[in-house]
Amino acid sequence: MPKRTDIHSILIIGSGPIVIGQACEFDYSGTQACKVLKEEGFRVILINSNPATIMTDPELADATYVEPITPAFVEKIIEKERPDVILPTMGGQTALNTAVALAESGVLNKYGVELIGAKLEAIKCAEDRELFQEAMAEMGLETARGAFVHSLDEALRVADDIGFPIIIRPSFTLGGTGGGTAYNMEEFRSKVEHGLASSPISQVLIEESVLGWKEYELEVMRDLKDNVVIICSIENFDPMGVHTGDSITVAPAQTLTDKEYQTMRDAAKKIIRRIGVETGGSNIQFAVNPSNGRMIVIEMNPRVSRSSALASKATGFPIAKIAAKLAVGYTLDEIPNDITKETPASFEPTIDYCVVKIPRWDFEKFKGVDDTLGVQMKSVGEAMAIGRTFKEAFQKALRSLEQGRFGLGADGKDIIDVRTLPEEKKPEWKKKVLDRMKMPKPDNVFYLRYAFQLGSTIEEVHHITKIDPWFLYNIKQIVDLEEELYAYRA
Amino acid sequence: MRNVISVCIVAQNMLSCVPQFENSSHYVVGLRALRAKLALENGTIFTGESFGAATETMGEVVFNTSLTGYQEILTDPSYAGQIVTMTYPLIGNYGINFEDLESVKPQVAGFVVKEYFDFYSNFRAKGSLGEWLARHGIMGIQGIDTRMLTKIIRTRGALRGILSVYDLDDESLVQKAKGSPEMKGLDLAKVVTATEPYEWDEIDRTPFALKPEYQKKLNGKRWRVVVYDYGVKQNILRRLTSYGCRLTVVPASFPAEQVLEMNPDGVFLSNGPGDPAAVRYGIQNIKKLIGKKPIFGICLGHQLLALALGGKTFKLKFGHRGANHPVKNLLTNTIEITSQNHGFAVDLSSLDPSTVEITHVNLNDETNEGLRHRELPVFSVQYHPEASPGPHDSDYLFSQFVEMMARESIPV
Repeated sequence: MPKRTDIHSILIIGSGPIVIGQACEFDYSGTQACKVLKEEGFRVILINSNPATIMTDPELADATYVEPITPAFVEKIIEKERPDVILPTMGGQTALNTAVALAESGVLNKYGVELIGAKLEAIKCAEDRELFQEAMAEMGLETARGAFVHSLDEALRVADDIGFPIIIRPSFTLGGTGGGTAYNMEEFRSKVEHGLASSPISQVLIEESVLGWKEYELEVMRDLKDNVVIICSIENFDPMGVHTGDSITVAPAQTLTDKEYQTMRDAAKKIIRRIGVETGGSNIQFAVNPSNGRMIVIEMNPRVSRSSALASKATGFPIAKIAAKLAVGYTLDEIPNDITKETPASFEPTIDYCVVKIPRWDFEKFKGVDDTLGVQMKSVGEAMAIGRTFKEAFQKALRSLEQGRFGLGADGKDIIDVRTLPEEKKPEWKKKVLDRMKMPKPDNVFYLRYAFQLGSTIEEVHHITKIDPWFLYNIKQIVDLEEELYAYRA
Repeated sequence: MRNVISVCIVAQNMLSCVPQFENSSHYVVGLRALRAKLALENGTIFTGESFGAATETMGEVVFNTSLTGYQEILTDPSYAGQIVTMTYPLIGNYGINFEDLESVKPQVAGFVVKEYFDFYSNFRAKGSLGEWLARHGIMGIQGIDTRMLTKIIRTRGALRGILSVYDLDDESLVQKAKGSPEMKGLDLAKVVTATEPYEWDEIDRTPFALKPEYQKKLNGKRWRVVVYDYGVKQNILRRLTSYGCRLTVVPASFPAEQVLEMNPDGVFLSNGPGDPAAVRYGIQNIKKLIGKKPIFGICLGHQLLALALGGKTFKLKFGHRGANHPVKNLLTNTIEITSQNHGFAVDLSSLDPSTVEITHVNLNDETNEGLRHRELPVFSVQYHPEASPGPHDSDYLFSQFVEMMARESIPV
């Protein structure tokens, strides 16, 4: 299917100012989209309130509006520019939310503007928890088990089904107050009662806890001919419970057999089709129970995401650029592969290296903020590295963070100098270090090293951190090699 | 250091039935990693350390680009006589389990990786890759620059090579590699095929098995299929039974007359190793079956079918081995990401377009990936719809086979 000839002008919504969780990755994707669509001869109209972006450079769009990204302002631009279509999938959640608001308020209908990349129904199905769960159930895919309840009796029945630990989330409370995790019946009763009392509509969501499960992401592309390809698989070093943006992530997935990976790939293909993202990229997250391989679908982003940027750089497959081309009607087999130039983009990249991304936090600039990592992203940036081994990529990424560290160990900058500790103090320190790692903190990777130096086993560290033993083994190899080198000192 | 193999193992030569390979048999007690070398016939030497069995082995050196699925790759009989290198550098991560097998044992001549992990993590794992290879007498080498090796193969084409822990003399190794048999002209199907016919009727109970969505349509109908085993991957048998077939697997040289006597609903031609043109008896038998029974072929089966239809095959420079090959289905104009493993291909121009229709083409190099007869119930693909390892995009081909049998015959 060639390029659509019924559209001439395209409005791209940017992501606005840089905030935690939405930084330059959307300038990257937006810039790619502007370039490609202009090359294709479309009139590109851009709105982005952030002047410090590449995409707002005058030559990148035909008309650039540095205005607040709100439905009201975008409507004014639509009124003036009369674009044929809006591409809302390049500017992160800000752009997607704005597009949804415009569609729902009837502005898009009024001006006859079409959403390309993802339609309103697809965005809503992906973002609405209940619609999403229904869609998954329809296809026989599992999501976290749970239900909304209005009484303790109801809650107890649900608890019987799902087993501990259980997450309790009261509905409509500010910042989720009154919620928590219950590990036994006693805690469960008290937390549900408390939750029911604190919810203005006496409603609580009881949900199976997937804390500590392995977390995976797949980057998926689809075209108008319904061709679907997986660009990249990503495995999180940190288990479920830490936001992906705050997790060390690794591409490709390291500890899945082909059978498990293909099951995930099949699920991703079904999801992108069912949710109905017609063209472009999506990011789908999965959790896998390490003890039995049970896989559940966590969520789907019907747009390019932070992980798309990582996947693009990790594989050489320019997701944003190709997503923009797919949005205007091209199919994957019509677009040349960026690397080979000769073969089409309808392939799944394979790599002969390992990619590691490590987030960077700047808590010293946010005084008083709890530096425990959780479901809300707190990192302000990240560094990615490529290596022929996980260890190489990991060390390079750690060094690239520009936090004065030259990798894991061997740089004389440790907070705990294990080598100078008296032997009799070591058990006590080992306990301290292991206790410290119970909470996910930004500097936990360095504590992994202390733990191994203090004689902890992979099993002990895994038990506490839930980091997959294979990753821990690699970290231990780094620590062991340092010890080996140290033994040769003059 | 890392690859301590905990059991003492006496290696056996997996290809002991092939006279040409007999000299590569050695007995080994493997306790730990040893210095090992890989030598290519062009004189390139790689030094690394052994894992699995510490021995000496020869074969054609090929590369596979799959990121996952080393256990399936190692047990695929189509790799007989080949030393396989993985382009993905980290191998062994998820160990070895009891289910992801394509035959009862590893079939490769040798295995080459950048970094081998004796330490594994996966809930299904039952042991390490090295332990398992050692138990079967298969040698692995790690710690070599597999990227450079792959580049050499891409530039020079597939090369003969030798892996050894005994002989570390470069010149001697290169001489041995040069003296090993060429893949061209080699019939390896006769080596890996079943010796006696057997029935395969079990339902696929392996974890993660695909559930065919059309099962309702099947209405309990069963199709009797004779499978020619040129080195069949077990997942093909599992997929066929999932689609309602009852299988009689027969040796590669099983006479066509006897197949016709059995009066099956269809005949399946399996994958397998070696040069298709050398499997003359297979081509003769297929000629006798075309037009008599519905036929479906995969990989070597596809090549043999093409040869039986009057076509020619040729050796690809470095073959297609991986789980990411884009194939265009010319009948539906859609793309399938496919699992591939072949060193030979069908010459498109050799087939008569008035009888044979090209149905699939590889988008990377435009080589032939599938064909069908214009009138007779006969079709085949060069790639692996049974996946394992690889994507399930092409599973529909099994249902096409069943539909073809439904049109042509009466179910039992």
